[in-house]
Amino acid sequence: MAELTIRQAIQRGLEEALQNDPNVFIMGEDIGKYGGAYAVTSGFLEKYGPKRIKDTPISEATFIGAGVGAAAAGLRPVIEIMSISFSLVAFDQIVNMAANLRYMSGGQIKVPMVIRAPTGAGAQLAATHSQSFETWLAEVPGIKCVAPSTPADALGLLRSALSDGNTVIFAEPAQMYGVKGDVPDGRFTVPIGKASVQRSGGDVTLVSYGHGMRVLHSAAEDLAKRGIEAEVVDLRSLSPLDMDTIVASVHKTNRALTLDMARRTGGIMAEVAARLQEAASDWLDGPVARVGAEDVPWPYNRELEQEALPRVEDVLASLKKSYGI
Amino acid sequence: MATRVTMPSMGADMTEGTVARWLKKEGEAVKRGDKMAEIETDKTVVEMEAYADGTLLKVLVPEGRKVPVGQLIAWLGQPGEKVPEESGAPAGPLGPAARPAAPPPTSASAPSPVATRLAAASAPMPARPTPPSPPPTPVTEDGDRTKASPIARKLAEEQGIDISKVVGTGPGGRITRDDVLNYKPAPSLPSSSINRPAPKVIAQDIPLTSMRQAIARVTVRSKTEAPHFYVTVAVDMTDTMKFRQHLNEALAESGIKVSVNDMIIKASVNSILKHPKFNTSFAGDKLQGHADINIGIAIALEQGLIVPALLKCQGKSVVELSTMARDLGNRARGKGGTLSQQELTQGTFGISNLGMFDVVSFAAIIVPGQAAILATGTVKKTPVVKGGEIEVADIMHATLSCDHRVADGAEGAVFLTEIKRNLENPALLMV
Repeated sequence: MAELTIRQAIQRGLEEALQNDPNVFIMGEDIGKYGGAYAVTSGFLEKYGPKRIKDTPISEATFIGAGVGAAAAGLRPVIEIMSISFSLVAFDQIVNMAANLRYMSGGQIKVPMVIRAPTGAGAQLAATHSQSFETWLAEVPGIKCVAPSTPADALGLLRSALSDGNTVIFAEPAQMYGVKGDVPDGRFTVPIGKASVQRSGGDVTLVSYGHGMRVLHSAAEDLAKRGIEAEVVDLRSLSPLDMDTIVASVHKTNRALTLDMARRTGGIMAEVAARLQEAASDWLDGPVARVGAEDVPWPYNRELEQEALPRVEDVLASLKKSYGI
Repeated sequence: MATRVTMPSMGADMTEGTVARWLKKEGEAVKRGDKMAEIETDKTVVEMEAYADGTLLKVLVPEGRKVPVGQLIAWLGQPGEKVPEESGAPAGPLGPAARPAAPPPTSASAPSPVATRLAAASAPMPARPTPPSPPPTPVTEDGDRTKASPIARKLAEEQGIDISKVVGTGPGGRITRDDVLNYKPAPSLPSSSINRPAPKVIAQDIPLTSMRQAIARVTVRSKTEAPHFYVTVAVDMTDTMKFRQHLNEALAESGIKVSVNDMIIKASVNSILKHPKFNTSFAGDKLQGHADINIGIAIALEQGLIVPALLKCQGKSVVELSTMARDLGNRARGKGGTLSQQELTQGTFGISNLGMFDVVSFAAIIVPGQAAILATGTVKKTPVVKGGEIEVADIMHATLSCDHRVADGAEGAVFLTEIKRNLENPALLMV
């Protein structure tokens, strides 16, 4: 057991892969000499050389396209997009190519690629650098999509992503690289498609992922002061979605709240809420409470950005409205 | 220039009021003195008059909303005139980091302030088309539909509970899981072995009128704040009844007819002059005295009970009081004018008389702010013992409900005995 940050956990996962599998290489903007926009690949170029640590021009469509080709040809590329907002430039390569090739080739072509991308708002990076497109990519069949909120999950999920036969979007909460936590020694993995119950409670189920977990844990503390025990569930995997864990929790609590730090409309939590009412409507004691970011372009101004982000009090007010608690 | 209409003050102790009903609609012409709205206070429901001519441009406070005295509730002005941009919402202080805790429930789909600001700032790419503001939500009657959560329905079905019997405590009165889990059925009575159809009981819900709500609030306030005690006396009204007959015969031409109640009013005024404590209000750190004796008369209207007051009763003769009481009663019933705010709120002592119902005696609830209320029953021929002989006398029972914070039992007894002495010696009623 060691205490690591999420950044260190991802570094450990990447280095492991680089050391154990000669087919693994990393590619992206500023990942080499500069060490990565969030310093995840710091020192990698010196250690593993330019053949395996490749700096690219600002050309997302090109280097993800190159990744698709390399993966199809038998390598295992790990691509870093500097911000998931920039994935838009490469949507054709991700959605049309990486996600569809296996199906369209009748299984002859596989695209085992990991696309790492920092995601989320909150650091005054303005409208074009603060978005959370993992919620869009989670909708695309043929690829998988994960987002860890703890160091152990970051490492466990990265290991699973690196051994998966499909393209996996690995969305890293940009404000949480420094979050510390215990990481077990040895080669454990966290399966893709399995949510995690981070806090147990019998009174209300709170669901989110990534940055949202911090808000939910604070809300759970506030609720506990009033004698309300919240069960806090981290999706971890946006695609495939683990509804079983959430439904089982709602069977116990009869109340559910979903929190999306991405824009509220059309976020992954809209899907969770919809599936909950399909699967567990008889178990609910009121409408699924939903909290999400404002449906606005992310403001640069700090006050406005904070205003647009969901807060603990939004969570508590939403529970009051849905369940009177 | 539009004129502000604010929540009026209907008494010194009024801090907030509820717009019970708007009597004018937006766009309707209003003349100075017209009744614009019914305002409900802790004590009563009062009609609010317009202080200016014009058109009701905009209503800012919906019916049923309670707002502080002085808050803007509507705008008057010329037809078509633009209403100044002054919100009717309470101007609570908002610190730099403060923000509304939660959007109002009806605006869940409306853009937030940030969305609106940003949409305005980035005209070429609006955040989201601004939806038209939702129409005012009417007060919905759910009728027969029982609002219950799915889990509550499921549990009720499993446990054989009739969901319609469960009282909902969730948002909007929804029956929740816990309501079902905590439900205890009313014990069922053993059924009669004789098989006969039971009479049909009318079991319809009666919505509370604003007056009923006000009465509920005022009486609960009185009974929770003022510890009541009760003193009852039997008053021999024989002489006074005779006296009243003579008086009315003498006054026959003038059309004045003094009632038993008028004499009770006079007796009360005389007794209060002697015991001014019963003309005070309990005010926390003192008994607040009042310079006038304003006798509140309980009047049963079809809509409910009101207790308007005869103002400045001190120094008035029984005939004057009788004339005043008749006028007050007429106006209370909407004949020959309306009641003033003073009459509705400034009573200092109460009288409630159920004599017309053949009631022996009863106890009344003190009007908040008053020290006591006198409840009188019917005057009835009754055998009494006088000087060792059984005689027939006109006996009336009078019960004084008294605020124990103001006076103790012995004081109440002394005061009530003074009223009895006045009523048994009609000469005193002429003083």
